[in-house]
This record gives sequence, structure tokens and C-alpha cells, in this order.
Amino acid sequence: MKQVRHSSIVFSLIVLLIGLIALFQVEVVNAQEVPTDDQVNVIAKQLYCPVCENIPLDVCPTQACAQWRELIREKLSAGWTEAEIKTYFVAQYGDRVLASPPATGLNWLVYIIPPLVIIAGAYILYRALLSWRQAPAQLPEQNQPEDETDDEYVAQIEEELRRQ
Amino acid sequence: MSDMQSDLSNSESSEPAASPKKRVSIFGKDFSIGALVAWIAVFALLALMAVGLLRNQEGPVTVGEIAPEFTLNTFDGGQISLNDLEGKVVVLNFWASWCKPCEEEAAELETAWRIYQPRGDVVFLGVDYVDTETEANNYLEKFDVTYPNGPDLRTQISQAYRIRGVPETYIIGKDGKLAAFKISPFISLGEIQGMIDPLLDS
Repeated sequence: MKQVRHSSIVFSLIVLLIGLIALFQVEVVNAQEVPTDDQVNVIAKQLYCPVCENIPLDVCPTQACAQWRELIREKLSAGWTEAEIKTYFVAQYGDRVLASPPATGLNWLVYIIPPLVIIAGAYILYRALLSWRQAPAQLPEQNQPEDETDDEYVAQIEEELRRQ
Repeated sequence: MSDMQSDLSNSESSEPAASPKKRVSIFGKDFSIGALVAWIAVFALLALMAVGLLRNQEGPVTVGEIAPEFTLNTFDGGQISLNDLEGKVVVLNFWASWCKPCEEEAAELETAWRIYQPRGDVVFLGVDYVDTETEANNYLEKFDVTYPNGPDLRTQISQAYRIRGVPETYIIGKDGKLAAFKISPFISLGEIQGMIDPLLDS
């Protein structure tokens, strides 16, 4: 009888222990699985809602954007990666939700034109600087004939000015 | 740009003997190849921007125009194409769960659908614009919406109809042409019927 009581106590303790461990683990898992606002915003700031153009999703105050942020949280909780979530948003709402458009079709222009303009500008500036450096060297030769004027009238005026 | 051209021509004139550059004459004006390429690139860019701006300035689809074709993937897994609905009046409603004005007309649209559904020649379709599926399904449940609804994937349908916001409703006649549209919520059941009834055979 005593042995039975002893074994039931041990059994109860084991069950209690297992229960406590399970509870603790669930809490740990829950703490890990609910993504923080910061984790959500890392992805949200790379997305733009078509309803509120030019406002990144992480700071957009509308209800539509709040729903999108919740959707990101849901996907993160489900174990989706950042790339998978972005692909999902593109599939649902189109390329225009991305802060950086994919380099396809006419989107290439966005990546090509700015560096091209900078290179062209630098080249023009370089050529302009070259021509400005050469110009002063040529200046005295160009000015010389103007000083030695053959005009009698001008020579007379200059003579008068010198006398005064 | 003219500065660029003059800079280029200045620098060219400063080293005339080094290597004579090829020049092209257009409308009596001489251009170096580089300047010509630069001008063409600038005009191409301006043309692209103009096309983009013109597209943005286009208003909604106009009455009498053939309604843009679309395929709606419904929330229940079905697929409905406008082409398959030839000979029927189609009421195409754009909405979203985050759109408060959409709620004002949701009940009226559902009532209208239940009135016309037995006839078989009127189809109501809901296009859920920039929304999340969970919230959209909650909305449909809340207003007991029974006509087919689906997400506007990649916002293709809303772009085809050039909508400016939600709610907007487009009514397509049996001939496939846009018969009427409403750029705000319907204020009554009578208003919806007033747009559909003239398109039906008596």
C-alpha cells in the first residue's frame, strides 16, 4: 500500500514536471514566433502601398498599410523569409510595391541613366576645364594686336590721356 | 544641353590638328557624333516621360468603349473571364476592406445581386483592390456577400480600368461595351437598378 502511494507521488511529480517544461517551452516558442515591430519594419520599409504612393510601408499611417504590416507579421510567424515575403507581395500587388524596382524592361533606365549622366557631366567638365586652362595662355597673343592700334584718332586720345 | 554642345565644339576647336572628328549635318547645322548621340538620348528620354505622363493623365474608361478584358481569380478558387460573360450584363465593383465608403454600398450591392441573380443575364463581380485576404474574407462575411469576389492580382484589373480609388463600379452591357460607371458609393438600391435595368431585355 505504501509502495503504491509512493509510486503515485512519483508519477504525479513527473507529470507536473513535464507540464511545467511544456508550458515553459510554449512560452519560449511564442516569444520567438511573434515578430517584433522592428523585424516587420525591416521588410515594410522596402515596400510601398499603391494606395499611398511615395510613403514607405513602415511609416504609412493608413489602415491599408497597417493591414499589410500585419500580413508581413503573419508571414514571418509562419517562417517565411524576407525574399519570400517580397515575392508574395509582388505576385499580389505588382512590381510597383517594391522600393527598388526589378532591373527588367524599362526599369533598366532607372539604373543606367543616373551613372551615364554623371559620366557625361564629368567628361564635359573635364573638356571645359581643359579649354579654360588653354585660354589664358593664348590671351596675351590675342590682346597684343589690340594694344598696337594703327588708328590715329585712338592714338591721339591715348596721348592726351597720358599728358593729363 | 546647348552648353554641352558648345563645350564639346570649343574643345574640338582648341585641338584642330590632332584628329579631325566626324561631323553630321542636320537641317544645315553641324553636329559632332557625340553631341548627336547625346541629343538623341535626351529626346528619347523626354518622349518616354511624355508617354508616361499621358498615361497618367488618362481618365477612367469611357462609356461606349469596349470594356478591358480581365480574368478574376476568385477567393473560392474559381476563375472568371470577361470573355466568358458575353451576352450578359456585368456589374464590376472595385472595393477594399479598408475602404469605409465601400461599406456604405456593400449591402445594397448584395441586395441588387439577389434581385437579378434568378434572371441569369446579370453577373456581379467584386474586385478586391490592394487588400489582404484575411481582412477581405472578414468583410465579405460581415456583409454576407454571395456574388463572386477575388483579389486584383498585381493590380492588373484596376490598372486596365484606370480606377482612381475605391469604391468604383463599372457596368458592362451585353455587347461588351461599357454602359455606365459610378465613381463613388451607390447611395441606394434604386440607383443601382437605374443603371442596370435599361440594359436588360424587358
